[in-house]
Amino acid sequence: MLEAQDLAARRGDAPLFSGLSFSLEAGAALVVRGPNGSGKTTLLRILIGMTQAAAGRVLWRGKRVAPFDPALRACTVFIGHAPALKDELTAEENLASLAQLQGAPAERAAMLEALETWSLARQRALPARVLSQGQRRRVSLARLRLLARPLWLLDEPATALDDAGHVTLRAALDAHLAGGGIAVIATHEDLHLAPGVLRSLVLA
Amino acid sequence: MFRSINWFKFASPASFYPVAGHLIPWFAVPAALLAAVGLWLGLVVAPTDAQQGDAYRIIFIHVPAAWMSMFLYLVMAAWCAASLTFNARLASMMAQALAPTGAMFTVVALWTGALWGRPAWGTYWAWDARMTSELILLFLYLGYMALRHAIDEPRRADRASAVLALVGAINVPIIYFSVRWWNTLHQGATVSLTSAPKMASIMLVAMLLMSFAAWFYAIAVTLIRVRAIILERERRTTWAGDLAGAAR
Amino acid sequence: MRNAAAQPAIEGEVWPGVAWAVQRDLRLALRSKAELGVQLLFYAIVVTLFPLGVGADPALLRALGPGVLWVAALLASLLSLPRLFAADFADGTLEQIALSPYPLAALISGKILAHWLATGAPLVLLSPLLAVQFGLEADELTALALGLLLGTPTLSLLGAIGAALTLGLRAGGSLLALLTLPLYVPILIFGAGTVEATRAGLAVEGGLSVLGAALLAALVGAPLASAAAVRIALD
Repeated sequence: MLEAQDLAARRGDAPLFSGLSFSLEAGAALVVRGPNGSGKTTLLRILIGMTQAAAGRVLWRGKRVAPFDPALRACTVFIGHAPALKDELTAEENLASLAQLQGAPAERAAMLEALETWSLARQRALPARVLSQGQRRRVSLARLRLLARPLWLLDEPATALDDAGHVTLRAALDAHLAGGGIAVIATHEDLHLAPGVLRSLVLA
Repeated sequence: MFRSINWFKFASPASFYPVAGHLIPWFAVPAALLAAVGLWLGLVVAPTDAQQGDAYRIIFIHVPAAWMSMFLYLVMAAWCAASLTFNARLASMMAQALAPTGAMFTVVALWTGALWGRPAWGTYWAWDARMTSELILLFLYLGYMALRHAIDEPRRADRASAVLALVGAINVPIIYFSVRWWNTLHQGATVSLTSAPKMASIMLVAMLLMSFAAWFYAIAVTLIRVRAIILERERRTTWAGDLAGAAR
Repeated sequence: MRNAAAQPAIEGEVWPGVAWAVQRDLRLALRSKAELGVQLLFYAIVVTLFPLGVGADPALLRALGPGVLWVAALLASLLSLPRLFAADFADGTLEQIALSPYPLAALISGKILAHWLATGAPLVLLSPLLAVQFGLEADELTALALGLLLGTPTLSLLGAIGAALTLGLRAGGSLLALLTLPLYVPILIFGAGTVEATRAGLAVEGGLSVLGAALLAALVGAPLASAAAVRIALD
């Protein structure tokens, strides 16, 4: 479903990587590892069409992905390095806002359920300003529960998560992959996903 | 014959670099000759004007400079449009190379316009539509160069400054007409720099020659500058490295 | 998959996108009230500076009034522009906005509308009060207020292009001013000129129709140009 052919990327004038190819079918997860600055975030941004690759192409369901491709965006949840929360809004309002931005109706019951899954039920009415880094990360990840999309692109999702958060993340990923979804995850950490579905990519 | 040349091959900076080098003398030499003849005709041969004396002779620099400043902006905007449409680096480099020359001509036009205004109408600066638009054009050039300079990442600099140049291209005629309206409202500026002296044909010839001289000069200088830009931006490629190695 | 909502086909829908952006940005503006008053105060201070600089001669102030009030509105608009995208860019929300199925130009239009409601609209309401300092007559006050009503949204729209182009750059504010002021010049000319025209006995509709036309043109063109600039900045 998701295919990369001969991708190359630059940062400024300096080359980041080149000749990168992979192919992912339903139920597969790709974990991207590498030292800081090796281009993990850039790769994810190229896959979603936000950053232009220096060479190569990305194919989604056999069709070439254009910059900011609408067909691909409609099928993807992209969670970037920053949690994308507004300090002045509460956890619940932030979650609703991000979900509605993606076109999901964000009903009360569904949102409370999502917040509870990520252990944020007691923090739901607190402004994001007072939440800890781990709590902010969890609010950001909670929208995975509200959006039914086949492709997940996650940039360092486990940052600042405690053990309980790791468990929830793993459960969410397992369920997503078991349901036929695809995930590309840039991470330093070991996510303990089921080994059968896992592919690994290391950027030098 | 055209079909056998792959024109798109020249869209790569590496192929364009030597071509530009060969073209430079073909524009630089005619520019110098045309300027020499044009200036001789304008400064020596053309008759003294009945009303403005010899001060009017500055139009032989002022008018070509003003024409070039506007023409170069349009050419720059066209290269910017090409760079966005075809995602071509070389088109951005050409726009980048044109901007300083365009800005220079704008400054020359403003300066000579002020110098002409003083003896002709008693004031260095008259807020008429053309001079005011020329001033805004200078700000547009400077804004383009400042934006490019402020963005470190070259691709973002190319694309952002291209958008800016295109927005500016739409803005220039709007400003011209709004200042014209403003002048009618305020009744102040009855002077108009279109009131050049009645043109004897020799003056027209001189002006045309100077315009062509300015045009060829602009092309030559732009080609020189774009070669420098190409080398700087492609410095990590092998062909640029070979060039540097051969030069040693 | 689980109990997540089914995806409605919303791609390309403009008004829900505008509504989302207006609602969110207004809510954010209201919750950080301190910022709102600053632009208004700045406008009042700049307007007050001019009589202090040129003297209190009533005839002189009457002549200067329209220009001063309009230039101050331009400067206040410039001051508030960075707020439009900078916060969203810094906390990663702008990426999410760019990746939304709603058209980016629609979302940006919503942001600009909210921005104008928070910064430009209060300025329009305050201007007649400040114009009294310059001895403007009633019909001139009307021309000024109506002109600002049509002009300040245009300033926000055009300024958004500059704000998007200069996102995240060090040079920031002064570069934004250099890029945006040439775009502002026609609005200034027609805005202040409309008041002058009224003073000269001409009908106010002439200048106002030009300002209205400028607003319509900006409504169509500016969100598209800003969207292109935002995508370039996010690259």
